[in-house]
Amino acid sequence: MTDERKIRVLVAKPGLDGHDRGAKVIASSFRDAGFEVIYTGLHQTPEMIVNAAIQEDVDVVAMSILSGAHMTLFPRVKDLLREAGADHILLTGGGIIPEDDAKALEEQGIGKLFGPGTPTSAAVAYIKEWFETQGERV
Amino acid sequence: MEGLSPQLRDLLKRFDQGQKLALARAISIVENERDGFQALLHAVLARGLRSERLGITGPPGAGKSSLVAELANHYRAQGDEVGVVAVDPSSPYSGGALLGDRIRMNDLATDPGIFIRSMATRGSLGGLATTTKEVIDLMDGFGFPRVMVETVGVGQTELEVTSATDTVVVVLVPESGDGVQAMKAGLMEIADVFVVNKADRPGADRLLKELRMAIHLRAGEAMKDIPAHHGVDMGAAVREGAPGKKPRRWEKPEGWQIPVLATEAHSGKGVTELADAVEAHRAHLLASGELEVRRRKRAEIRVRDVVSRELRRVAWRAVAGEELARGLDRITEGAATPYSLAQRFVEGILGGGGPKRGTP
Ligand SMILES: Nc1nc2c(ncn2[C@@H]2O[C@H](COP(=O)(O)OP(=O)(O)OP(=O)(O)O)[C@@H](O)[C@H]2O)c(=O)[nH]1
Ligand SMILES: [Mg+2]
Repeated sequence: MTDERKIRVLVAKPGLDGHDRGAKVIASSFRDAGFEVIYTGLHQTPEMIVNAAIQEDVDVVAMSILSGAHMTLFPRVKDLLREAGADHILLTGGGIIPEDDAKALEEQGIGKLFGPGTPTSAAVAYIKEWFETQGERV
Repeated sequence: MEGLSPQLRDLLKRFDQGQKLALARAISIVENERDGFQALLHAVLARGLRSERLGITGPPGAGKSSLVAELANHYRAQGDEVGVVAVDPSSPYSGGALLGDRIRMNDLATDPGIFIRSMATRGSLGGLATTTKEVIDLMDGFGFPRVMVETVGVGQTELEVTSATDTVVVVLVPESGDGVQAMKAGLMEIADVFVVNKADRPGADRLLKELRMAIHLRAGEAMKDIPAHHGVDMGAAVREGAPGKKPRRWEKPEGWQIPVLATEAHSGKGVTELADAVEAHRAHLLASGELEVRRRKRAEIRVRDVVSRELRRVAWRAVAGEELARGLDRITEGAATPYSLAQRFVEGILGGGGPKRGTP
């Protein structure tokens, strides 16, 4: 009946920064783009993020990181996803991430990262495009 | 029953080994009605279901997720693993959804004995309730001794979903209005247990009193002191919560007296009493034979649901888009009506060969 595949995205807010306005803005624009967004609130550890990603069977994990800890958090979540056998999940995100860092992370198999000021539509388009290339999983 | 594809057989094997990834995937396959999903459900259900199922429903923001988290903690402390299905509405405009129930369940986020799945209502062709019930079944079949399902509101869908559970807890808050409104909304009919959450807020006592009064009025004064049927003291848990004071209860037809409890979900106050009331309700279901009755009813509803869904699927596959478009042209021209067109489709489907060519 539902021939169109729904894109499921976990919007995660790791680390200690005290507010999640940005993450909420992203979450609602993802919803408006037709995604099913799972939002888990502030202060998520990498373990919590990966656990939720698995239980929710998401296609994408989008992390919002403003604290400057992106060089440790992205690889950590990526490793945990791999260990859990969930490497099919696209790990992407945004925040205050210098271009060189983004490049280095992309080389480690992490998806595109969006800097501040990028319109959310860019992330939406990126996720949709990526999703199109993915086959049906069992 | 059609056989399982090799991929699904492999998935089922991993499911049986207790792999969470396999459960998560199985849920998606059922949710998306992927090829073979019915065979998968058949395979899981064929081994029997045994979870204790609890439905939690109530208006937006009443504290349902917070209560689910507290109850899950309670059950984990007893050593039981818990599956949770949390349903939130899809946006009718974009088809997307913002599923935020996990926010209240973060304490459970890394407990391997807890599995939480968020679901959007998706507004598919009458399929949501069935799909949600199927997801509950998967959690049950996976082996969680306890499965909880959270739904918002008390619409038709919630009613149906709660019919898939053994015990239904209706959560209200002081802001939800008065006891009479609860009666009008038909809550008395679906609740096995009433909870007034946010009991720390003004108006909670009033709502508690009104609900008890409403239940009392329905029961009639004469039924107040009817002894417990079937040798089980159904009200024990409730009475323990308020020593010396006998709460007034309305007796449901099958002999259960709906307790009205106060909770403060954000602090956990009253949650043990709630768990006790749920336990008492279950004891009542078992002792009265009502559990068997509910399960049989549940099976009947499922058979009807699946038959309808299958017929709908076959039907709409047969009604080709082009054929429909042509028929609609004729309706706009005034040469046909929706009834004559529908009739022609139905005849074609029942005739086996799809809709006949020609004018409607
Ligand atoms: N004062 C007070 N606040 C509470 C209580 N229980 C929950 N809350 C708060 O109420 C808000 C909503 O709680 P949730 O558990 O998300 O409610 P819900 O019914 O699951 O909400 P939806 O799923 O969005 O319909 C949160 O901010 C909670 O912290 C309570 O007993 N007292
Ligand atoms: Mg909730």
